[in-house]
Amino acid sequence: MSGLLKVSSNPHIRSKATTSGIMAAVIISLLPAAGFGIYNFGFRALVVILVTIASTVLTEFLFGIYRKKQTITDLSAVVTGLLLALNLPVNIPLWMAVLGGVFAILVVKMLFGGLGQNFMNPALAARCFLLISFTSQMTDFNCDAYTGATPLARIKAGESVEVFDMIIGNTAGTIGETSMIALVIGACFLIMLGIIDLRIPGSYIVTFALFTVLFGGHGFDPAFLSAQLAGGGLMLGAFFMATDYVTRPITIKGQYVFGIFLGLMTGIFRFFGPGAEGVSYAIILGNLLVPLIEKVTKPVAFGKGGRKS
Amino acid sequence: MAKMTFVGGIHPYDGKELSKDKPIKEILPKGELVYPLAQHIGAPANPIVAKGDRVLVGQKIAEAGGFVSAPVYSSVSGTVKAIEPRRVVTGDSIMSIIVENDGLYEDVGFYPVAPIDKLTKEEILDAVKEAGIVGMGGAGFPTHVKLSPKEPENIEYVIANCAECEPYLTSDYRRMLEEPEKVIEGLKIIMKLFDKAQGILAIEDNKPDCIKLFRQLTKDETRISVKALKTKYPQGGERTLIYATTGRKINSSMLPADVGCVVNNVDTIVAVYNAVVLGKPLLERIVTVTGDAIENPRNYKVHLGMSYNELLEVAGGFKGTPEKVICGGPMMGFGMFDLNVPITKTSTALLALSKDEVSAMEPGPCINCGRCVEVCPGRVIPSKLADLAEHFDEEGFLANDGMECCECGCCSYICPAKRPLTQQIKSMRKIQLAKKKKN
Repeated sequence: MSGLLKVSSNPHIRSKATTSGIMAAVIISLLPAAGFGIYNFGFRALVVILVTIASTVLTEFLFGIYRKKQTITDLSAVVTGLLLALNLPVNIPLWMAVLGGVFAILVVKMLFGGLGQNFMNPALAARCFLLISFTSQMTDFNCDAYTGATPLARIKAGESVEVFDMIIGNTAGTIGETSMIALVIGACFLIMLGIIDLRIPGSYIVTFALFTVLFGGHGFDPAFLSAQLAGGGLMLGAFFMATDYVTRPITIKGQYVFGIFLGLMTGIFRFFGPGAEGVSYAIILGNLLVPLIEKVTKPVAFGKGGRKS
Repeated sequence: MAKMTFVGGIHPYDGKELSKDKPIKEILPKGELVYPLAQHIGAPANPIVAKGDRVLVGQKIAEAGGFVSAPVYSSVSGTVKAIEPRRVVTGDSIMSIIVENDGLYEDVGFYPVAPIDKLTKEEILDAVKEAGIVGMGGAGFPTHVKLSPKEPENIEYVIANCAECEPYLTSDYRRMLEEPEKVIEGLKIIMKLFDKAQGILAIEDNKPDCIKLFRQLTKDETRISVKALKTKYPQGGERTLIYATTGRKINSSMLPADVGCVVNNVDTIVAVYNAVVLGKPLLERIVTVTGDAIENPRNYKVHLGMSYNELLEVAGGFKGTPEKVICGGPMMGFGMFDLNVPITKTSTALLALSKDEVSAMEPGPCINCGRCVEVCPGRVIPSKLADLAEHFDEEGFLANDGMECCECGCCSYICPAKRPLTQQIKSMRKIQLAKKKKN
């Protein structure tokens, strides 16, 4: 026989799925929300999105030069940048967006070992970092299209809101969070591809809905309930950030526990906290509990406990 | 009826269309044949011929080296050329008997043990043991040991493993279509050993013609049922198969007999039939020669001891240049570096692929996507076990049920980061099993 054969240990075949393919699908799934954000808030939204993505990718690229190992081709930095941008108000100073991007990639991701090693969702951690550091700019949702507070803040203040506008997305808020419809379309795309499933988003949203009915102070009020579900970062968080592979439990039971925990925390933050929002904090708090959740929800190995005769 | 299956598993490209429609072709070997003395799990056989001896087809040339062992027979007539170590498919050098084929195929004469309805249990077991039959699905465990559990009266199911879940392989499929009565009669012979047992023919539903055929042939059998399994790899794994057909679970430290089951592969069952009804020892087997780098993919009835090279020649050689040649299927087979090795009792296939998917993709970091957890039929966390194995954390590996891995390869297959999960877990398991043996 001419030529050498390749030898390796079995199995000898691999599925078509790749890390960069998954990341590309997540990017595509976020495009409806990003597109709606640009339509809703205008050209500046596009600028914020592009600048934030540029900052995350460039940070990872520079870090790659320093570590002599380039990783930007896995597209995960683009996902982080896009997610972060969708979590920012449209009129945020661009340098702040850049700072957020650098923080997400450098501090939260690369310093902990890069892709797969971060213990918190980088985009959310960066958002919370910006929220704490620059509270007024991060919570100023006034722009050309809208003045005044977000629907959730208005509800909290006792005002009424248009639920229909909230579902379509014609409201104030961060760039990517306002349109429930655009987010759900993107989520359906990911679910159809099998990249995410409903375990976490489902248990998260159902738990939060129950919490709202029980402790929201309005009883079973469909208008209030739908406003709570459509408002704020719940849809963006539940479908795109709580499902982040790296920072959610890998065990199947653990994913339900994680979703329920997020639902409870979001409810507590929204109804008993000082602010109107709670999704970001709920998720990063949940991220911290992942090792513990995984430990207590270890799957039972096939046939375990069976007895030899 | 509800489809029978298990939790987890994968659906790789099955490549069965390459070889499934062509009838089995019998081929005769030329030149020398190599019979390794260890073609099974257990003690190697001991040669009972010497250099220069003339041997006949069906003549015993090595006897079992203990209870868990199996004798070896010559599949041709000719002269013993040498008894020396020869390279086998795994890369090991194993003491082998080499017979120069004289092309006459003179046999020793084969006689049935007894009329089939007068067979005693001892006669059946003896015939199986004497015939040198081992698990021919690839494991190579001596069949007479499998058929002699401690409490035969507690065996409730005799399962014929007709799943053939391994991609590309079609030898069981052809066998079932071409000699269905041998499979059924063989199963009935095994069931004679277990008075209470029900027979199950477990077939994946990608072979509807076999399911139909067997249902028809067994419609008057009260003790035999045909069960259609969902097509999914590794449906034909012993543990998954028992679960799918009976709902019973065994773990890595248990035997099928612990839950009242005995599982045998199609080819093994036919070998039992040949041994008991025809009095013929294990001399040949069906080998699938297939893959996109094979000129004429097909199933061949091959004399044991023939070299893979010769088999490849008969199949028309390679189409183009293969990157990888595998003995067995793509999920469980061995990567071959040399084709000049003998076909043994456990050789299921020769698979040649024009592209090697493994070396084409560089492993990346784990992104914790959980696909390995979803597909794992052993219900463990492969990514974690691989990590623990990599860091040689033995305690952690055992605490996380590392020994419950059945090495099916689903996790490596599905991993988007292309991490060699199965391989890492397997290395660690090997070390742990060796340690256990020592103690």
